[in-house]
Amino acid sequence: MAEGMIHNKNDFLANISARLGREQSKQVTRPDWKHRPQLEILKKASPEELAAVFSRNSVEKTTTVIETDSTHLAKVLLETFSKYGGGRVVATKDNRFGEYGLDSVLAESGAHVWNPELGKENIEIAKQAAIGVFFSDVSLAESGTVVQFNDKDIARSVSLLPLTYVAIVPKSTIVPRMTQASYAIHKSVEEGKRLSTCINFISGPSNSADIEMNIVIGVHGPIEAVHIIVTDH
Amino acid sequence: MAMKIGDKPFFGRVDDALKDDFMRQAMSSAQDRLRGKKISATVEDELVGDWEEWRSAGEEIRRHTLENLDFYLDQLSENFSKRGGHVYFAATAEDATRYIQEVAKKKNAKKVTKAKSMVTEEIGLNEALEEVGCEVYETDLAEYILQIDDHDRPSHIVVPSLHKNKEQIRDTFRDKANYTGTEEPKQLAAFARSQLRETFMQADIGVTGCNFAVAESGSISLVTNEGNANMVTTFPETQISIMGMERLVPTWEELDVMINLLSRSAVGQKITTYVTNLTPQVTEDSIDAPKEFHLVILDAGRSKALGTEFQSALHCIRCAACVNVCPVYRHIGGHAYGSIYQGPIGAVLSPILGGYEEYGELPFASSLCAACSEACPVKIPLHEQLIRHREIYVKEKAKTTEKLAMKTFGIGASSPSLFRLAVKGMPTMMKPLVKDDSISSGPGPMKLWTAVRDFPAPGNGNFRHWFDNHKKGGGTDG
Ligand code: SF4
Repeated sequence: MAEGMIHNKNDFLANISARLGREQSKQVTRPDWKHRPQLEILKKASPEELAAVFSRNSVEKTTTVIETDSTHLAKVLLETFSKYGGGRVVATKDNRFGEYGLDSVLAESGAHVWNPELGKENIEIAKQAAIGVFFSDVSLAESGTVVQFNDKDIARSVSLLPLTYVAIVPKSTIVPRMTQASYAIHKSVEEGKRLSTCINFISGPSNSADIEMNIVIGVHGPIEAVHIIVTDH
Repeated sequence: MAMKIGDKPFFGRVDDALKDDFMRQAMSSAQDRLRGKKISATVEDELVGDWEEWRSAGEEIRRHTLENLDFYLDQLSENFSKRGGHVYFAATAEDATRYIQEVAKKKNAKKVTKAKSMVTEEIGLNEALEEVGCEVYETDLAEYILQIDDHDRPSHIVVPSLHKNKEQIRDTFRDKANYTGTEEPKQLAAFARSQLRETFMQADIGVTGCNFAVAESGSISLVTNEGNANMVTTFPETQISIMGMERLVPTWEELDVMINLLSRSAVGQKITTYVTNLTPQVTEDSIDAPKEFHLVILDAGRSKALGTEFQSALHCIRCAACVNVCPVYRHIGGHAYGSIYQGPIGAVLSPILGGYEEYGELPFASSLCAACSEACPVKIPLHEQLIRHREIYVKEKAKTTEKLAMKTFGIGASSPSLFRLAVKGMPTMMKPLVKDDSISSGPGPMKLWTAVRDFPAPGNGNFRHWFDNHKKGGGTDG
């Protein structure tokens, strides 16, 4: 890949080193942090407990939570589509839809599956869509958060433009909190793996408290959110 | 400079603010709600564990990062550029705006959308972009409100439109944007959504600030609730992010801790609705991602705090927890500070960034009750830094003419109302020491305040160097 330009680095950093009263550090080792409260949270929670905490915290953010198993997922998804407007559905291009036996649901509901070959037309469709559906890659119990590692197929628009997002949350993706997700990302950076261009942590519908501290649900992103927790097959 | 708000001298602004009952009412109720939310998400949240441990974790991460700032900025810029992004190190606000103007011209940009933009406010980016023919759209609800109200200035670092109530917002929308709805926040927000929806899609450039950059991967992390930052960074062909040079963490592991401290301290949330982490990938074939990504790393006076007693002011993560507990901010509101950075952190930071000549009086807008230092999630000793600023300011003023210094220090005379306020915030035990609008002497924090009046000898040899660099103000280095 073509590297980008870096301007004015040397003078800028030399000034910092001088202010700090030393030569520029060539190698710095992160200390072993003395305080790591993040490791304690939900440390001993079982998958069931994690799912319960995830569910509770999703609801707290006004997200609707549905729990099901992989056998009933197709039916639940179809019901969800009809409940949230019955309008156009847009889905990420993700093999997991096939693995969970959901391709027929997408076809039946006339969903548009993101197709990079169609270019900007995808965005137009997502803009008009009632529902955007995708899988959560990692899910955070502490905050009821779903995480997407976006790329050309797992498009950013799907969770952003439609009026409602529907995230399918395999129970096995639920971890205690951001700590576990961050650690996994850190490890993959260390191993030199390619990092997704957008790692998106999403916790319910968009909202704002900018007007007299009143929470308004639904500002520029989705107005409603659904998390479907599914016990893996 | 763009950091500055209004032209009146500080004490004049304070007296104006104290007469504005309406604004004060808005400020105190907002402060109470923000503070209440923070408390329930920190010390009262059993799941989060010992909040003091979190604060210590935050402090230790910030200290290490700032002590090795040159190393981590080097790493950040190399990793960002390896992925095809462009990095511009800007020593001054002018350098930053010039570079961004160049990018805008090269891209022949007409429409620019912005999100998370306190640092862009600091450098006066909107005006700079307008100069080169761009229309600039603020998209955070609060900033959108200020922009359409003839570019009103921010009064709070997290909720910039805090000084406005819903009726005022309704009237502004009606007068400036033909709004016909009611003052219901839901309707007002829906109006902003409909107004900005197409603009997001049409913008040529998306501009954002940066909550934290991650050195190990060259990523930019944005902490938001409204979804606008995602819109701004998803649809335009070009993205420009601007960060204060201190706003980074070594790795994703530290990002985790900082996001938790920020979300809980700023808005009382376990995590904000969106934490959007962006890394350049220009050759990627995504349809909904920028093709060009610029990162502007800004000094603009920050480096002057490095190696001095004010270094830890750069640990700040802009959560406004200190603002939300400050008894002086509660009464005088944000605009009285005359800076886009208000409250205790504003009073510490503004003289560092903008100089004592412009902002030297701000450190007196404090009762030194230390509530700010206790609230700070990264344990910045704010009240001690305020005292130190006062010492430096007085010492220098005293050098020019002792009389002038005495006058400046007669807060009681300059602003009786501020003085009363400051006294009100003092520990009760101090009150007997107050006589005739002046304070004779006192133990504890007040002792330091009163010591200031006696023009103590400078604390250490660095101080002359520090003040020389600051007394003229401005972003350039001396
Ligand atoms: S000084 Fe501390 S409390 Fe104040 S805004 Fe900065 S981080 Fe928050």
